[in-house]
Amino acid sequence: MPALGADMTEGTLLEWLVHPGDQVRKGDIVAVVDTAKAAIEVECFENGTVDRLLVEPGTTMPVGASLAVIGPARPATQTSEPSVPVTSPLVRHLAEESGVDLATVHGTGPGGRITRADVNAEPPSAAPLRTPPAETDTTKPPDTPRVRPEKPPTPPARPGTGDGATRVRATPLAKRLAVEAGIDLAAVAGTGTGGAVRALDVKAALAAALPSAATARPAAATGRHETMRRAVGDLMARSKREIPHYYLSTTVDLGAAIGWLHERNRELPVAERLVPTALLLKAAALAAREVPQLNGFWTDDHFTAAPAVHLGVAVALRGGGLVAPAIHDATDLTLPELMARLRDLVSRARSGRLHRSETTDPTITVTNLGDQGVEAVLGVIYPPQVALVGLGRVVERPWAVDGLLGIRPVVTATLSADHRASDGATGARYLAALDRLLQKPEEL
Amino acid sequence: MTPRTTAKERRTRTRPPGPDTGHRLGLLKEMLRIRRFEERCVEMYSAGEIRGFVHLCIGEEAVSVGVHQALTPEDAVVTTYREHGHALARGIPAEAVFAEMLGRMTGCSRGRGGSMHLFDADRRFYGGHGIVAGGLPVAAGLALADLLREREQLVCCLFGDGAVAEGEFHETANLAALWDLPLLLVCENNLYAMGTPLAREHAQVDLAARAASYGMVAWAVDGMDVLAVERAARRAAQAVRAGSGPYFLELRTYRFRAHSMYDPDLYRDKAEIERWKQRDPITLLTERMRTENGFDDTSVELLEKEVAEELDRAVEQARQGGLEPAEDLLRFVHSPARGTS
Amino acid sequence: MTTRKAATGKAVTYREAVREALREALVADERVFLMGEDVGRYGGALGVSLGLLDEFGPARIRDTPLSESAFVGAGIGAAIAGLRPIVEIMTVNFSLLALDQILNNAATLLHMSGGQVAVPLVIRMSTGAGRQLAAQHSHSLEGYYAHIPGIRVLAPATLEDARYMLAPALSDPDPVVIFEHGSLYNVSGTLPPDTGPVDIDRAAVRRPGTDISLITHGGSLGKALQAAEQLAADHIDAEVVDLRTLRPLDDATVTGSVRRTHRAVVIDEGWRTCGLSAEITARITEQAFYDLDAPVERVCGAEVPVPYARQLEEAALPQPADIVAAARRAVG
Repeated sequence: MPALGADMTEGTLLEWLVHPGDQVRKGDIVAVVDTAKAAIEVECFENGTVDRLLVEPGTTMPVGASLAVIGPARPATQTSEPSVPVTSPLVRHLAEESGVDLATVHGTGPGGRITRADVNAEPPSAAPLRTPPAETDTTKPPDTPRVRPEKPPTPPARPGTGDGATRVRATPLAKRLAVEAGIDLAAVAGTGTGGAVRALDVKAALAAALPSAATARPAAATGRHETMRRAVGDLMARSKREIPHYYLSTTVDLGAAIGWLHERNRELPVAERLVPTALLLKAAALAAREVPQLNGFWTDDHFTAAPAVHLGVAVALRGGGLVAPAIHDATDLTLPELMARLRDLVSRARSGRLHRSETTDPTITVTNLGDQGVEAVLGVIYPPQVALVGLGRVVERPWAVDGLLGIRPVVTATLSADHRASDGATGARYLAALDRLLQKPEEL
Repeated sequence: MTPRTTAKERRTRTRPPGPDTGHRLGLLKEMLRIRRFEERCVEMYSAGEIRGFVHLCIGEEAVSVGVHQALTPEDAVVTTYREHGHALARGIPAEAVFAEMLGRMTGCSRGRGGSMHLFDADRRFYGGHGIVAGGLPVAAGLALADLLREREQLVCCLFGDGAVAEGEFHETANLAALWDLPLLLVCENNLYAMGTPLAREHAQVDLAARAASYGMVAWAVDGMDVLAVERAARRAAQAVRAGSGPYFLELRTYRFRAHSMYDPDLYRDKAEIERWKQRDPITLLTERMRTENGFDDTSVELLEKEVAEELDRAVEQARQGGLEPAEDLLRFVHSPARGTS
Repeated sequence: MTTRKAATGKAVTYREAVREALREALVADERVFLMGEDVGRYGGALGVSLGLLDEFGPARIRDTPLSESAFVGAGIGAAIAGLRPIVEIMTVNFSLLALDQILNNAATLLHMSGGQVAVPLVIRMSTGAGRQLAAQHSHSLEGYYAHIPGIRVLAPATLEDARYMLAPALSDPDPVVIFEHGSLYNVSGTLPPDTGPVDIDRAAVRRPGTDISLITHGGSLGKALQAAEQLAADHIDAEVVDLRTLRPLDDATVTGSVRRTHRAVVIDEGWRTCGLSAEITARITEQAFYDLDAPVERVCGAEVPVPYARQLEEAALPQPADIVAAARRAVG
């Protein structure tokens, strides 16, 4: 099939002007081809005898395909060259629809031509290449069972970045500043058009969070503190308004855990010694993995479990306010790693240098007010998370074990959970898991 | 600027045509070379080696070869997209033209122009213009530079009959005549503007008459007779060099092939094409040389052999040209160094 | 020639500054010549070339027929042949008659010839509205030209640029199109001492500021500066960026300004749709998105053929009040 124009990729043979056995000379017109624009004569560039015609009139062939074999000037003879399947466009179309490879079909028509019956008799060589029915025609029942498209498992919608109800309207600069400063945009009240958070608002929130900034501009400090206060207030108010909280509480015996800790710490230099918090956080993370109904997000009226546990840790900021950045993949960290991450996170949170993802993607949050002397925390869930674990102070209490009374270190662990996403039984399983995990500290 | 030098002060730099066998042989060979070149193009196009628009000048070889006899290397040439013949006649090597059509870096426009945009600045061959009549104003400017610099050279601008319907033709003709520009306007009248016959496009089909209305000398010449074309071109060139201002030649010719490779040629009567083929410029000169110069079949075969060998070599060489890497796409949008001139 | 040179400290008009630049170029380089409609005996439709015919003669100050395509094309040919033509087109509206030559030849030949045929041509034309010349003499089509790869597009908005942009334009080996806004010719002021050729690769910050970037060129520069003064009264400190070179655009200066101010108003007398302002805005969002603290605002010519009646023409053009309003919206 000759190229007969700049945009020609295929042509349809209309007519042969020669027959097998005919002598042809260079420059002879041997066929007529329809190029979609017009019928054009095909010129021959060889001298010789037409050996075989490979293509029937009416066939569309790509540019470059062989149309005929011209041999030396001698009568036509049979050759053993592999033949191109001969068939009509209709049959080709049928074969394509049915997934039949024409090259493998034995033609029963005249001259070995492949007929519709030949194609129909053939089992499909592959799954039919058919496009699914058009979505627009909803009145027609679909040919194939329709599968409701699954939401991609990751990433879940996150405050400040995702779509839907949790999307925060903010300018690009404000978003960037918030990430750099480790401020959750959802906690910032916007003063721009349509309530958009602007750079000014982020800076105000930051100034409230950072005493150094407040010192630099003392006149504005009060106002900015109020802004931060309001931002936290807004978020918590939204949580309380939207989330039907339920609360569970249990007291966990930390005897085994603290004992193991002391043994372990004895071998270590002071700087590397572990604190009970590390054990508690690790256990909280592992328990969340065991009870995935509590580890994830409530968005668009349904719960999406998170694929990993990013443990949010509530950090009180000096000068007021609160952030809860994440320790990523907390379940996979060794205790020393987790300790190091916690220290680093707290220090950066207090200096306003959190990374974007740390502020936006905790999947469950732990708030630990034990160092403040509190025995039990009944916390407010950070939307769109569905659970918050509260940890109190580790205290020594009289405790009965195996019928004997002893003095044991214990901690009160609480769970605030979203009743839309889970029920009390689920929450109970979480606290039970936490308890169980803390009894085998060597496995943490 | 001082007035231009007179004719007497100028030398005739090229020899006049005559029954000189050597000269005629040269003309014939050049026409044959162009014809066979174009035939190779058809073959390579059909094989998909050459793509895009390709406009062949088969049948119009006498125009290219005849006109170029009158030009010197200092003259400039501006032409159209049907310019393979002009490029070859100007001396651009066949391999550079083939390579251009194959999109190779070794092409005369580094593969950026293709069939329609052949350039060779060293030979003062300034395209290869795809906009009908678009090259005419540029040719006038080249001529203006010659005028301002008082140079004894001319600009030869070739265009088709279709261009005479364009405003740019008339603007340029007026400007050239007004300013006495050393511009040789050569209208290659092949009777069809793509598919539209002359009479369906022009109210006045005597194109030379229209050019003459601008106050320039204008002739119509048999464009199938290479000797006639050469004679007319030499006379015109001499006048232009002498400072007469622009000169218009209408060369009446015919293309034997369709407008482009993608033209079913439905608008022309096959009988008309056959009639014109009777006046094939190559046959005309061959017959004349048989009568007047003792030319015979052996001479023809010898020429054909030489041409075929040259073209074989040229195609082979062109196919070996490198392809410009896509990273160099943006080269030549601007000159490499600004402020160097 | 020095005696003719505008003395430092003396008031000159924009028109005189362009004329002085032309004179300097004609004196400095024999290859330079000026051609266009009525540039000779008439002295230029806009009076720019008045007196140059007497000084340089008809061969170098060439009156042309009303044949935009032919004389622009002739400029291209002469440039290819080694001369340095300056072609004047009366208005950008008329330049459309020569668009074939500018786009298909001037901007294209170098590339299409594989680097062989450079076109060192300078085309000057007036642009813009403000003189009640109605819809066929008033448009701002700079954006059409800024769209074309292969040419450089300049818009001198100040006396200094009018005076010192021509020399670097002439030394560019490729085509340069210079747009002189019609409302500027009579603007007069004191020309600073010769600071050498203008850097035609860079935009210029005409007024530094911290709160918002007003980005503009040509005839709108004065309006942007006025707007900046009004904004200053509101304690909004506007930076005014004069694009100066419309192609290639100086992204560094524009985005640098926006990175500092975090807000931008793009002012263009051309139509908004698919225009220069759209391009500038797109580049800001591409390159300075995370620095933006407000949507980019645009103040453009109304989408209408420029009308004759004064109040309608004024309504069709960006005015300082529009710029102030846009800036206030952005600053919030």
